[in-house]
Amino acid sequence: MFDSRELSHKVAIVGAAETDTVGVLPNHSVLQLHAESAFNALRDAGLTLDDVDGLATAGVSPAALTEYLGIMPRWLDGTAVGGGSFLMHVGHAVAAIAAGYADVVLVTHGESGRSRVGAAGPGRTDSTPGGQFDAPFGTFGPPTMFSVPIAAHMARYGTTEEHLAAVSVATRQWATMNPRAMMRDPITIDDVLASRLIAWPLRLLNCCLVTDGGGALVLVSEARARDFPKPPVWVLGRGEAVQHTNISQMWDFTEWTAASRITGPEAFRMADLDHSAIDHLMLYDAFSHTPIYAMEALGFVKEGDGGPWFAEMRSAPGGVLPVNTNGGGLSYTHTGMYGMFAIQEAVRQLRGEAAAQVDGVQTSLVHAPGGMFSATATLILGNQ
Amino acid sequence: MTTPARPLPAPTPETREYWDGLKRHELRLQRCRACSRAYFYPRPFCPYPGCHSQDVEWFTASGRGNLASYVIVHRGHPAFGTPYVLAVVEMTEGGRMMTNLSGIDDPTPEALPVGAEMEIDFEDVNDALTLPSWRLVKG
Ligand SMILES: [Zn+2]
Repeated sequence: MFDSRELSHKVAIVGAAETDTVGVLPNHSVLQLHAESAFNALRDAGLTLDDVDGLATAGVSPAALTEYLGIMPRWLDGTAVGGGSFLMHVGHAVAAIAAGYADVVLVTHGESGRSRVGAAGPGRTDSTPGGQFDAPFGTFGPPTMFSVPIAAHMARYGTTEEHLAAVSVATRQWATMNPRAMMRDPITIDDVLASRLIAWPLRLLNCCLVTDGGGALVLVSEARARDFPKPPVWVLGRGEAVQHTNISQMWDFTEWTAASRITGPEAFRMADLDHSAIDHLMLYDAFSHTPIYAMEALGFVKEGDGGPWFAEMRSAPGGVLPVNTNGGGLSYTHTGMYGMFAIQEAVRQLRGEAAAQVDGVQTSLVHAPGGMFSATATLILGNQ
Repeated sequence: MTTPARPLPAPTPETREYWDGLKRHELRLQRCRACSRAYFYPRPFCPYPGCHSQDVEWFTASGRGNLASYVIVHRGHPAFGTPYVLAVVEMTEGGRMMTNLSGIDDPTPEALPVGAEMEIDFEDVNDALTLPSWRLVKG
């Protein structure tokens, strides 16, 4: 049997960049956003497209992107389970590079989530399980589906609307320090509670932005990781799992079972670290409750303590454990599959080049869902 | 522009018995003969971890359950009048289904405690289709 621990600290991110701007980009197609991200990340690493021999992406097929970029990769990964797919790509790339399947892996994200330029439309779904058993009752996008479990969490643990609001408030505090963030004005708990209802218990300020943008990563092996312009950001641990597709079929509405059983423990085991070694967190915040579930599932707090933990502003600037320091999906940007931006901010923090830089970050844990709590992916990154 | 219609299901071979049952105002579920638990949605094997038996049977369920969780939708599908409730009911015999609530005109969190006892209603959408909805059991 192979042991994932042998692959810890063996592959590094040596190039990382987002599109020139993020937000509202009506003059960029989806593929253009992928390409701009790729060029920027490769430039960051001092490489070109001709150096790439491995390609991973989601949202568009690796084949479509290969043609657009004019490359012929010898390893590809099209795992597409939603916003956390890019975290999975990084984990897969570690194995692929260690196996010699590829030497330079490019992972790209581009999404015209707001402007819908060059984006494919939805296909027929009325005979799928979701189409038969969920859609007829008026599911209408993530705000009406990702939100379904919250009432059960509130009933079991006493999580409140104020707790949910606190996540938005703390995250906005980080965004005020990030000039690239779409929403930069400070907000209060009362502001969140006064914003209009979308799907109780979620209000407008509990919901992520809808934007255009992209990001890309370049990964190489330990053997050459120190030969690039920027210091390497090591992949120390990874975990991935999927538990359902339709929110009605989530195993337990009060916990993120696949994250607590699989992706958290696997990532920590591979990295050979415990929670006290983590300096910085990126917890994909499609909605205010997502980081609460993630904190509990990953074991940073006990089940049910996530809401109070955020309400004490422990994740905010000056708090004990900085979370979502770019301003998150709630205030920075959210193209639809935000996971790439969570990784990008972890890399910036580990390089010491973040807009709201936290002192002394040596390890960052990134966690993201895919779909409606369906998938979960965890990465532990480090700069030592 | 016309308002988008309510999305309606297109049954598949393994779900046909469920949809046919609803037309007769019966809740037809499947249960596993190996672990004796019911499950939802229909498929020709037991989906529970640790079992996964292919020895399953259809039966007519009680149509009773409990409110597992829900949202009160204020910005939702244009075919629905807001606010409406998207609820998940945990059925007494086993399995969970998404549904709407009937018998509630002005839904509030106070009126909808998680865990509340529920019973099924049948909503005849057209000659070919009946959808389930669920209502609170009056105490
Ligand atoms: Zn069984």
